[in-house]
Amino acid sequence: MAEGRRLSAAVRLLQTPEGVELGLTLADTGQRLWAFLIDQLIIIAALALLTVAALLLGLGALVGGSGAVAEVVAVLWLVGGFVLRNGWFILWEAGRHTATPGKRLMKIRVAARDGSRLSLDAVVARNLLRELEFFLPLSFLFHEAGTGQASAWAALAGLLWSLSFALLPLFNRDRLRVGDLVAGTWVLRSPRPQLGADMLARPAMAETGFRFTPAQLDAYGEYELQTLERVLRAAIPDAMRRPADDPVVVVAAAIRARIGHQGGDDYQFLSAYYAALRARLERGLLMGRRRLDKDDA
Amino acid sequence: MSGAAPDSLAAMRRFRAEREADWAALERLLDAAEKGSLKALSDADLVALPVLYRATLSALSVARATSLDADLIAYLESLSARAYFFVYGVKDTVGQRLRRFFAADWPAAVRRLLPETLAALALMLAGTLIGFVLVARDPAWFDAFVPADLANGRNPEASAAALKATLYGESNGRGLTVLAGFLFTNNAQVAIVAFALGFAAGLPTAVLMISTGAMLGAFVALFHAQGLTAGLLGWLMIHGGTELFAVVLAGAAGLHLGRAVLFPGRQARSAALQAAGQPAAAVMIGVALMLLVAALLEGYARQLIVADAARYGVAAAMLLGWLAYFYRRRDG
Repeated sequence: MAEGRRLSAAVRLLQTPEGVELGLTLADTGQRLWAFLIDQLIIIAALALLTVAALLLGLGALVGGSGAVAEVVAVLWLVGGFVLRNGWFILWEAGRHTATPGKRLMKIRVAARDGSRLSLDAVVARNLLRELEFFLPLSFLFHEAGTGQASAWAALAGLLWSLSFALLPLFNRDRLRVGDLVAGTWVLRSPRPQLGADMLARPAMAETGFRFTPAQLDAYGEYELQTLERVLRAAIPDAMRRPADDPVVVVAAAIRARIGHQGGDDYQFLSAYYAALRARLERGLLMGRRRLDKDDA
Repeated sequence: MSGAAPDSLAAMRRFRAEREADWAALERLLDAAEKGSLKALSDADLVALPVLYRATLSALSVARATSLDADLIAYLESLSARAYFFVYGVKDTVGQRLRRFFAADWPAAVRRLLPETLAALALMLAGTLIGFVLVARDPAWFDAFVPADLANGRNPEASAAALKATLYGESNGRGLTVLAGFLFTNNAQVAIVAFALGFAAGLPTAVLMISTGAMLGAFVALFHAQGLTAGLLGWLMIHGGTELFAVVLAGAAGLHLGRAVLFPGRQARSAALQAAGQPAAAVMIGVALMLLVAALLEGYARQLIVADAARYGVAAAMLLGWLAYFYRRRDG
């Protein structure tokens, strides 16, 4: 069933146990970077908040002479910081959304590459390796700032070496980072498209009075049909005047020129042509004939 | 041509109109399930969800084969994918997962990493030997192995009495919780680094094992010179049995990754890595727990138990307990 479809470079096919192939779209590197930055900002803000709260509570307890409370506060601060740094990603991705708040904002999620359940092991593995991909380059970066000439060169070499791990997603087809590679995961888009209106429910063809010959309908294939669908969905149906560069005007002119058709409102012409073309191509589908685009014989 | 066309278009419209309510119902259930816990769904909902998922999937198949409505197909595809991850994603409760982890997954993962565990242990012992021999011959080496902030006044210039005081120092129980908290976070971070850096062909992990061992060896040499070896080992091993075991296991997890990178065998490198990552991650979850136990021992037990014999007793009991838990024969 996939052979008839045009797949973008970011689409991967998942075979469900029911035998249906589902197309999954990989997340962009940009989306993932933004999600990571958002999560880091949340973590830093939470750490700052935690520190201020711990300082206020701890100092208050010390002044009040309660060393035990100060001790508890100090431990909460230590362990809280550790959990924020190492546990934030793990706890969110092990949850039902399999996504951190940053990922959810960017509408992406983590999934196992083989389509199976995302295990806790996988979540732990992919997130602990961030130590190698993010914190290691970072440590070389700050090391460089603080020391002399000779070790600065060593730090630069270390930075370049460690960056080779961080930049891995740019150099493989599936945009896997080191953590994904080890955990057997990838990051997918999780779109929530709304079901648009039924295109065929709009104009009744008989009422608009457009008629097309078989030759006129053979001018195009599925690709053009779906391009036309997008144009029609984006257009305003009852616009009184359309500017010359309106897609409806441009596309209508192109189709009329190709099939030799004249007269009538552009939008209604396109709607009628869409319905007629779709009926003809779908009838072909039932007969086992696909016509992918206008150049398909 | 227009004779047959309206028929097939009408059929397509009916196909969609008849099923649209089901799709909306599935979407609603998924929304509810993702928002709250599973408890947000009634039993009837839980039964309905897989049925609706399969109906949507079959509608997708029909639509792909007979319809050219790109919008409809895209909608059905993403709805099916969303439902797929839910239907095949939700398995057992947190309680069940925890029980399985402790009863089977963790010890099994540790056993699988036995060769790397032995290698990590050998590296650490080699480091200990190097540290001990070098410092015993020339105490000036001590500073090379042990960072000043960690040595905390325990250096070759310190007197025997001062060293002894660090082993059996009086404690009133104050500040121990903070110490335990600090030790746990610090050691766990080191363990995570040892694991993650294993990806770089295992080399940084090996270096980390050796340097940890060297630090240990340097300390032993320092106390050995003053005839305090037995005391030091009791002080060290009461928590060290657990802590060093955990560090060795973290190193083993790192080496396991490095081995998959270097020698993937017949598998593709990515497949080998993935196969290595799963037990290594399970071991790492366990390592965090072990370090928590070690920190409590180090923060409390070591400061409160000052008799050598009792320290050795706790150390031996802990170590034997871990070994039995991980490596004891299991039926089935």
